[in-house]
Amino acid sequence: MTPKEKMAIAPQAMPEQDAKARARNMNEVALGYTAEMARCEASRCMQCPAKPCMQGCPVAINIPGFLAAAAEGDFAKALKIIRRTSLLPAVCGRVCPQEKQCQKFCTMGKLLKDVDKAVAIGRIERFVADLARENGTEETVECAPKTGKRVAIVGSGPASITCAADCAKAGCDVTMFEAFHKCGGVLVYGIPEFRLPKSIVRHEIDNLKKLGVKIETNYVVGRTRTVKDFLAEDGFDAVFVGTGAGLPKFMDIEGENLNGVFSANEYLTRANLMKAYEEDKADTPFWHGKRVAVLGGGNVAMDAARMALRLGAEKVYLIYRRSMDEMPARKEEVHHAKEEGVEFHILENAKRILGDDNGFVCAIECLRYELGEKDASGRRSPVAVPGSEFTLDVDTVVVAVGNASNPLIPSTTEGLEVNKRGNIVVDPKSNMTSIPGVFAGGDIVLGAATVILAMGEGRRAAQGILKYLGVHV
Amino acid sequence: MNKIIRKRRLSENVFEMSVEAPLVARSRRAGQFVIVMVDEEFGERIPLTIADADPEAGTITLIFQTVGATTMKLAKKNEGDFIAAVLGPLGKPTSIRGENGEKPGRVVCVGGGIGVAPMHPIAQALKAAGNEVTIIMGARNAGLFVMKDEMAAIAGDRLVLVTDDGSSGRKGLVTDPLKELCERGEVDEVIAIGPPVMMKFCALATKPFGVKTVASLNTIMIDGTGMCGGCRVSVGGKTKFVCVDGPEFDAHQVDWDLMLKRMGAFRPQEIAAKEHECNLLKAAGL
Repeated sequence: MTPKEKMAIAPQAMPEQDAKARARNMNEVALGYTAEMARCEASRCMQCPAKPCMQGCPVAINIPGFLAAAAEGDFAKALKIIRRTSLLPAVCGRVCPQEKQCQKFCTMGKLLKDVDKAVAIGRIERFVADLARENGTEETVECAPKTGKRVAIVGSGPASITCAADCAKAGCDVTMFEAFHKCGGVLVYGIPEFRLPKSIVRHEIDNLKKLGVKIETNYVVGRTRTVKDFLAEDGFDAVFVGTGAGLPKFMDIEGENLNGVFSANEYLTRANLMKAYEEDKADTPFWHGKRVAVLGGGNVAMDAARMALRLGAEKVYLIYRRSMDEMPARKEEVHHAKEEGVEFHILENAKRILGDDNGFVCAIECLRYELGEKDASGRRSPVAVPGSEFTLDVDTVVVAVGNASNPLIPSTTEGLEVNKRGNIVVDPKSNMTSIPGVFAGGDIVLGAATVILAMGEGRRAAQGILKYLGVHV
Repeated sequence: MNKIIRKRRLSENVFEMSVEAPLVARSRRAGQFVIVMVDEEFGERIPLTIADADPEAGTITLIFQTVGATTMKLAKKNEGDFIAAVLGPLGKPTSIRGENGEKPGRVVCVGGGIGVAPMHPIAQALKAAGNEVTIIMGARNAGLFVMKDEMAAIAGDRLVLVTDDGSSGRKGLVTDPLKELCERGEVDEVIAIGPPVMMKFCALATKPFGVKTVASLNTIMIDGTGMCGGCRVSVGGKTKFVCVDGPEFDAHQVDWDLMLKRMGAFRPQEIAAKEHECNLLKAAGL
């Protein structure tokens, strides 16, 4: 095909559940491409020699390579190419902010002057991963002969899953420790079922088990045993800390401790991990919010707002103090949230939360904002408009303004260096911390970031661990 | 999965269970707690205090009252049964006078209802650190005291029993003997564990005397590791997480009214769940 012919192929839209219907169920919103659609979409790739898309991929997947295979209908080969550098394609295909990564640099998008018309790399990635999982045709990975080296992995989110898999494949004896009763970290407690089905996460954890990784749930490292205990007494040769950014930030405004004000972590954990939405079965109580305000503009805010609809809210306001252009959420999530009926209040911010006599939320007072000078983040900073206060009647407020790093491991691991934000300091090449044999990666190092970046960190840490242990790969 | 080794009914609504949890038994210290799940798939995560531990046997002792659906489900379990999860030990250990840089002194432990259970390891540690330990135990009536013998073994004749109805010990409130001790200037530090209202009034009782008073809070939690923030309270005007910053705080700084309100956040749902569970028990002829 000539470039012109490729440009003429219509971008393949993602089949989705109807917006009205899906806003009231937990099933996945995006239904996935058919084989025909995946081939057609992949055939739009120009196969540019410079491969600009790869620069946008934090783990440098050979994107034109896998797209060429997919265009030929050789989906197994496509998956094999992805898996060389990415462990979790079914997850990343769903949750990566592609429009800011690979697809941002796609030549097709540039030619058509619209990033939304770039080759839908993520959707094809998802398709080839789903196909192999559903058909049971994933390649079985052979582990290298046993090295006798033992590695402890603390946490079970994307960074930890990747690090565990790479160490196990290299012949290490790996044990993963998780404080919750289910593995997957943010993939199970944070990201909702309607965006990432939990069966996919379970499948990835099962794959780890097949690699021989032992899993200990309900085990909080730093308390049950410490990192130092692992090295000094429990016979581990190296420890990877991938505990994530698990300490919710609040706004520090009046009324934030009223009943009905939740951190997004709590709100989503109740619904996702504890399954409070299955009210007949779950013991964890369910909050019957009818009018919900969500504060924030990231993916977590979108998840919380859309979850609120699914939990029966009649009105959901998303309150964000900057403009749509600065909104950090994935474009698709914003689009879905709008379609489902979330009401966007941009350039507005909560000033205080009002409660009734019994300490329950009854309203939120907001201020309007306008954009001023650029701030340290390079974005125009929002400035409050004096006297612009107004109130919205709400019975629920979800605070989704990010997470700080959880101090549990640093505070119980003497000599572990952290920066002023509490993130663990690592050597950028090996991800080794200030303590020999202790490695770290993911959000506990980066601050709150993305699944794919965490995965990349886990992979680099695994290389660091293997080198440290003298295991050759 | 954790096996129940021993189960005793201490009163109508209060149970004691020894549960296998070898690592928790080894590492727990006075003042720490665990998160328990009875069933994994749809179970709830609830915080329970550790009353005692046997590192050799690898067990911890939990004392709990049947207040909601989960504690009722737990109470139905028998010796040899398993519960889905015991996570811990969580929270900061108690800062024990005599070990923390402060000289040993006269410490009053006030335990209300099953608050006596978490007080037990703390009182033990205080005694071992050379403090003179007075224990005030309060209950609605004589039949509701837990761990009386264990506490008597620590406090000897410095054990003061108080009941609402006078059926055992003094009739009145735990704050009565507490105030008297403070008035006589015989108190260097107070630790209070029990219902939030009791802890609030202990704090009010000691405040005029400027006696250091610590309370151990038992708020609503999910993960117990700082991740959800559901347990937050206001201490000295700052928001704190009970699970990682506590569970013990300066009782004079705690905003008790806010905490009491927050404890009621899910009350209608809790009552409904408890009724549902009661009906199931009745239907099963239990």
